[in-house]
Amino acid sequence: MSSDMTGTRKMITGAVLLASLHFVILLAGFVAPNDPATQNRELPFVPPSRLHFVDARGHVHLRPFIYRWAPHAGSFNEYDESRDREYPIHFLVAGTQYRIAGWVPARIHLFGVEEPARAFLLGTDNFGRDQFSRILFGGQISVAAGILATLISLGLGTLVGCISGLYGKWIDEVAMRFAELFLVLPWIYLLFAVRSFLPLHMSPTQTFFLLITVIGTIGWARPARLVRGIVLGARNQNYVKASRGFGASDLHLMRHHILPLSYGALLTQAALLVPQYILAEVTLSFFGLGVSEPNPSWGSLLAILQQYNVLVSYWWMFAPAVALVVVSFGYLSIANAFHERLQSVSI
Amino acid sequence: MRYLQRRLVHGMILLVGVSIFCFLLSDLAPGSFFDEMKLNPQISSDTIAALQSQYGLDRPLPVRYFRWVKSVLRGEFGYSFAYNSSVRSLLLLRSRNTIFLTALATVFAWLIAVPLGVWAAGQPGRWLDRICMGGTSLLLSLPELVLVFAFLYLVIRTHALPVGGMESTGFEQMDSCAKLWDLGSHLVIPVATLALASLPLLMRHVRASMVETLNSRFIQSARAHGIGRTRLLFRHALPAAANPLISLFGLSVGGLLSGSLLVEAILGWPGLGPLLLESSMSRDLYVVVGIVMASTLFMILGNLLADLLLVCADPRMRVT
Repeated sequence: MSSDMTGTRKMITGAVLLASLHFVILLAGFVAPNDPATQNRELPFVPPSRLHFVDARGHVHLRPFIYRWAPHAGSFNEYDESRDREYPIHFLVAGTQYRIAGWVPARIHLFGVEEPARAFLLGTDNFGRDQFSRILFGGQISVAAGILATLISLGLGTLVGCISGLYGKWIDEVAMRFAELFLVLPWIYLLFAVRSFLPLHMSPTQTFFLLITVIGTIGWARPARLVRGIVLGARNQNYVKASRGFGASDLHLMRHHILPLSYGALLTQAALLVPQYILAEVTLSFFGLGVSEPNPSWGSLLAILQQYNVLVSYWWMFAPAVALVVVSFGYLSIANAFHERLQSVSI
Repeated sequence: MRYLQRRLVHGMILLVGVSIFCFLLSDLAPGSFFDEMKLNPQISSDTIAALQSQYGLDRPLPVRYFRWVKSVLRGEFGYSFAYNSSVRSLLLLRSRNTIFLTALATVFAWLIAVPLGVWAAGQPGRWLDRICMGGTSLLLSLPELVLVFAFLYLVIRTHALPVGGMESTGFEQMDSCAKLWDLGSHLVIPVATLALASLPLLMRHVRASMVETLNSRFIQSARAHGIGRTRLLFRHALPAAANPLISLFGLSVGGLLSGSLLVEAILGWPGLGPLLLESSMSRDLYVVVGIVMASTLFMILGNLLADLLLVCADPRMRVT
């Protein structure tokens, strides 16, 4: 009983964590104070803005404020806070235009400061672009790629699994040999090989849809085997036979009697696949084979760490990695909770 | 033995399948290695056409495939446009480095995973078990990409180890002892990353398999006979729990190879990974095909090795 309770609690914690992360990423334009592509060439690698409550004269402010970063005299990439003016942080301010979830145009941002100061919650990159905003917008691409590719994989897998489980014989034999082929291949090698045979220079949307198709298609084998196993198990159950005896078509049998059995397993599979596919997208973008600049993705944001001086000097460039780890952790803990729940139900 | 034979045949079919798949894909792909040359005004279109016909790129797909198969039978695996040499000579050296790295990482990962997993299974729910389970679920969500940068950060900050590549400059002039030391210090980051990345999955499987075994009757009776805990765990339970783990060893080769591609490319380790990236970018067709074939071959060999180990470890396997 008690273990069941903790399992439920774990599931709820994971679900809440994931839901809020996705919500923030979906509303990236609203949460992000700056435009992800706007460059501030005079402010490369600015450290994160510091929140202050006490100003230079010793007055305490209830509303937190920041100072502007000014280049340190006579040195490169070093900054001082210029304390001559405070910039209080305001909530729900008008700023640069963006589109909510890529559709509805809007100008309201969750927080911001007055011009000419800018709030850099996680500093800036080599072009002076706001890292925090870029992580949020990059998350839109990376996480959407993960989820859509998972949907493709599950769709393909379910289709193949149903057909090969229901009709069996040589169809089953051929499909499962193919599945084995896709299962044993080291997936990154396959991914790169497939990507290498596709054109390198395309529009960002084209690249994005191509990426998710490639990633999703390569991963069809595991869900296919899962569904096939369930179909095989259910096919000879008495209730299915009875339904067939009453003249139910294959499609009806699948939809109403067999596939509902696989939902739990598919959901667990999805929670396992999403972080894996996010990672696949991140890896491809990391090597410059994904969505191109100026559109950020967690992979292309991390690519700059390959320069050792950046790696050592600017800790905020690690932030996309932290986002990646947190999202994977959320998905994996949900998958874990689903798995435990399924096992306890079946026993 | 019949089983092994069947596995070998399966492996061969798999290799042929992968090669056909690669060629089909390459035919669908627009562009070729010589596209960049076409942009160069100093190279006439006749030269490019001559080059293309020399490499047989103007032939239809089946002809190209059979030419490639012939070249495989000669042991050449096609020709690299960029390196101007046979793919085999490229693959041999690079594969050696990749195998060396992944094998070492595998050994370390298992050396850590087995004792920890067994020990954690011996006292489920106690503090060691809790730490192990918590640690593995954290490690599971840390991909190689993140791990390798974390290690790099530490190493560059402390100047403890050389970074990048496989050997320092002036490697040829060193005596053998210094050579070994140099190679070893270059190995630390990639091996640590790969081992740590594959550790959590291994440990979970070891623990799960052990917990199942420890619940069986013969362990209860052994315990009742008063056999000590360490001896019980490692001498009696571990061999009984080993079979799924040995199969896992074969399956984990693929994941390890995938991880090593990333680590190699980031650290400049002269293995298959950087070569694949390079040839992907320049559309060096036969090198890409060759590398995919090589990685498939490693997978098959890994599974075969696991089967052999299974035969050695479990007398029941020898009867059938």
